[in-house]
Amino acid sequence: MANSTLSRKSLVLLLGLVVLLALPPVALALDEAFFISLFSRILIYALAAVSLDLILGYAGMASLGHGAFLGVGAYVVGILAFHVSEDLAIPFLPGAWTGTTSAVIAWSAAIVMSALVALAIGALSLRTSGVYFIMITLAFAQMLYFFFVSLVTYGGDDGVNLEQRNSFPLLDLGDDTRFYYVCLAVLLGFIYLCQRLVNSRFGMVMRGCKQNETRMRALGFETYKYKLACFVIAGAGAGLAGALAANQSEFVSPGLMHWTRSGEVMVMVILGGMGTLFGPVFGAIALLLMEEILAAYTQHWMIILGPILILVVLFARRGIYGFLAGDGGRDG
Amino acid sequence: MDRSSPPVLRVSNLCKSFGALRASDGIDLDVRTGEIHALIGPNGAGKTTAINQLSGELSPDQGEILFNGQNVTALPVQKRAQLGLARSYQITSIFPAFTAVENVAMAVQSKQGQNFRFWAKARADRARIDPAMTVLRRMGLENVAGAIAGELAHGQQRQLELAMALATQPKMLLLDEPMAGMGPEDSRRMTEILLPLKDHLSILLVEHDMDVVFALADRITVLVLGKAIATGTPQAIRNSPAVQAAYLGELR
Amino acid sequence: MTFFLFLEQTLNAFQLGVMLFLMAAGLTLVFGIMNMINLAHGSFYMIGAYVAAYVGHLTGSFFIAVAVALPVAAIVGMAVETIALRKLYNRDHLDQVLATFGLILFFNELTSIIWGPQAIFVPIPPLFAGSVEIIPGVPYPVYRLVIIAAGLAVAVLLRLLIVKTRTGMLIRAGASNREMVSALGVDIDRLYTVVFGLGALLAGLAGALAGPILATEIGMGENILILTFVVIIVGGIGSIRGALIGALLVGLVDTYGRAFLPTLLRALFEDPSVADGVGASVSSMSIYILMAVVLVIRPRGLFQAYG
Ligand SMILES: Nc1ncnc2c1ncn2[C@@H]1O[C@H](COP(=O)(O)OP(=O)(O)OP(=O)(O)O)[C@@H](O)[C@H]1O
Ligand SMILES: [Mg+2]
Repeated sequence: MANSTLSRKSLVLLLGLVVLLALPPVALALDEAFFISLFSRILIYALAAVSLDLILGYAGMASLGHGAFLGVGAYVVGILAFHVSEDLAIPFLPGAWTGTTSAVIAWSAAIVMSALVALAIGALSLRTSGVYFIMITLAFAQMLYFFFVSLVTYGGDDGVNLEQRNSFPLLDLGDDTRFYYVCLAVLLGFIYLCQRLVNSRFGMVMRGCKQNETRMRALGFETYKYKLACFVIAGAGAGLAGALAANQSEFVSPGLMHWTRSGEVMVMVILGGMGTLFGPVFGAIALLLMEEILAAYTQHWMIILGPILILVVLFARRGIYGFLAGDGGRDG
Repeated sequence: MDRSSPPVLRVSNLCKSFGALRASDGIDLDVRTGEIHALIGPNGAGKTTAINQLSGELSPDQGEILFNGQNVTALPVQKRAQLGLARSYQITSIFPAFTAVENVAMAVQSKQGQNFRFWAKARADRARIDPAMTVLRRMGLENVAGAIAGELAHGQQRQLELAMALATQPKMLLLDEPMAGMGPEDSRRMTEILLPLKDHLSILLVEHDMDVVFALADRITVLVLGKAIATGTPQAIRNSPAVQAAYLGELR
Repeated sequence: MTFFLFLEQTLNAFQLGVMLFLMAAGLTLVFGIMNMINLAHGSFYMIGAYVAAYVGHLTGSFFIAVAVALPVAAIVGMAVETIALRKLYNRDHLDQVLATFGLILFFNELTSIIWGPQAIFVPIPPLFAGSVEIIPGVPYPVYRLVIIAAGLAVAVLLRLLIVKTRTGMLIRAGASNREMVSALGVDIDRLYTVVFGLGALLAGLAGALAGPILATEIGMGENILILTFVVIIVGGIGSIRGALIGALLVGLVDTYGRAFLPTLLRALFEDPSVADGVGASVSSMSIYILMAVVLVIRPRGLFQAYG
């Protein structure tokens, strides 16, 4: 029994991996290159969703402001590239650094910045819990949204365009297929990292906090500290996703941190299966494909998506991955 | 029990009100090293409220709590736990999705620290699991070690909760009705488990079952309407007219 | 001159404040009593605004428009509560967030189907057109004064409702102790529906009043919703008084921030363009900074209800 569900889970995952690996050549052969960029976007959102699931599904923190970190990561890449193309020193930084288009530097900076922002937001938000936490994370994300809207130097509402994607020393990301595989590699690497994380001592503390924080404290755990650390890690993951998103569309705007974006990422997590590492990936695929398909039929596709969400919440809490992989899907 | 040694827990003038209700009304209480001290009183007397202040979940309006001579009145729950003050809850409080052994392993981990280890697999960590199994065995729960805690029988969950408290290697236990909702068989087992514990720790025990109290307690404090009306040996309490009038009389 | 400006901005702040209060009052009760987070509260605001705009356009009467918009918002609110949200009271907050997020998508799209995606601009009702001099030499738009008056009237009515009526007694009891109210043998389902409808009605009123001064457009509900969240975080969940004080505080901070910060910063910075840039950023964030400060001082808000 345990064995058959285990193999069912492995089968689902293997199949998924094969599909994702084979997608670019197949799409090119069918002359549907559009799918490559669509799925790059999907992989990027999957990365954001997995990072959100760390706090949502494993540590029990319902954050509705995850888009903020996505946006910060994207803006770091966008602003660094902007200063290169304008040959303009970055204000408020020592030295007269005029930015970079190096992926290694820009993406690292994106991760660090979003982690710092997560540290600040988390330190305040985690003083509360429950509904307060949801509203506060949402409000802080909205604050960042307005902050970037007010930055006229970087296009305000309209955002900034990237002249080209970031570059690795030996790898040009301008090619969509190559960029796709980089996204896939980053996603898989991040999932592996999370896999180690959620099964480590730290991960057990996170799960304990989700199930019964009162008990954790009574056992002597400084839960605030661990939850904050987890929040920061998730923020950093989303920041990386943001850096990728900026490269994918070669464009950055406050829209990335609009609260509906946070809502969408949250929907991906729940739809795919909360508290699992692969669930959010299925959720991202499902939601973005559904949007694509519904949008092809009607411009008013949200009138269908909305009620679907309500039905999922009311009747299908295990999510797609739980449904596909059976009981083995519960790796929480 | 050493009567001359200073008390492990000293509570003075503990006061807590909820609106107009005085749930703790100037409670004074000493728990000596190595004693089982029972806290009894009718429903709503304020026993849980008192325990919650001792553990740090509620902050008192007034009064002082000394634990091993250290003033802990302003310390949060987790700090007091780290000092060796462990508790169980009247309503079972465990990690329902973890296995039984994982529940206890969390307590072990709390004692060991290293909570910022991000890489090594915790469930395969012998340093974490072995002590947990030892405690489970002591409680007679080794057979259900791999069972999901939320699916255990009520009595086993109560024992599991005690196992978690013990696994933090506390100096003192605050037990809020550990036998609540147990059948006589489980209740007797629990008594047998608790009795030898006083060799190495002190216990403040809230309990309704008078047979259990008289079997276990070295001393008893009686709480009525938030006031500690009497403290003494079981014999003295049994014979105290004030206690009989205020409390025991109701039960008989 | 500066004093007049100050006076004018203070009135603007009050006007924003009472709008936020209308939103926050209903939302905080739903939080406090049902322990439910409802993201779709902004949708009632939007519905109120659209219905009022539509009816106003048809009949030419602002009063008929408001008179129709209020019950429509209330009925939609009660219908949503009965059909979907009632099942979520005992679920965790995440489920509530998700389901009400779905509701937002639905209502936004429905509105766009019925009234089109373009923003609608509603004229100020002729009766309230123009300005009066509140003190000699300081003209102020009549309509904005009407909004302030209406908001304050609602605050007084709400206070009477809550202090003087049986329903109000139950609402108060419910906000501080839900178990007790159900233990009293009250028909709790009906109480919940009524509270929800009341909240939707107030949100609808806010929307209907907002029509003539703001664009009536898709997504208007969410913008004000997030401001309302800030109000509730500042004021404390479940407290009507907290909602009022929080709303006025947020109104003041936001309005003053936008009006005076840039000037203030110009005095601080040498380079006016830097000052304007920083001023714009800081004033757009001012209410969130207020929220952060409240969180540091009182994590559960300035006027938390019991518990
Ligand atoms: N958070 C609270 N808010 C308001 N009143 C409370 C609160 N907690 C407890 N009370 C009240 O304080 C009184 C004492 O409660 P407490 O739970 O401490 O009693 P107890 O002695 O543990 O009772 P029992 O034997 O039933 O467990 C009761 O009247 C209870 O209703
Ligand atoms: Mg009790």
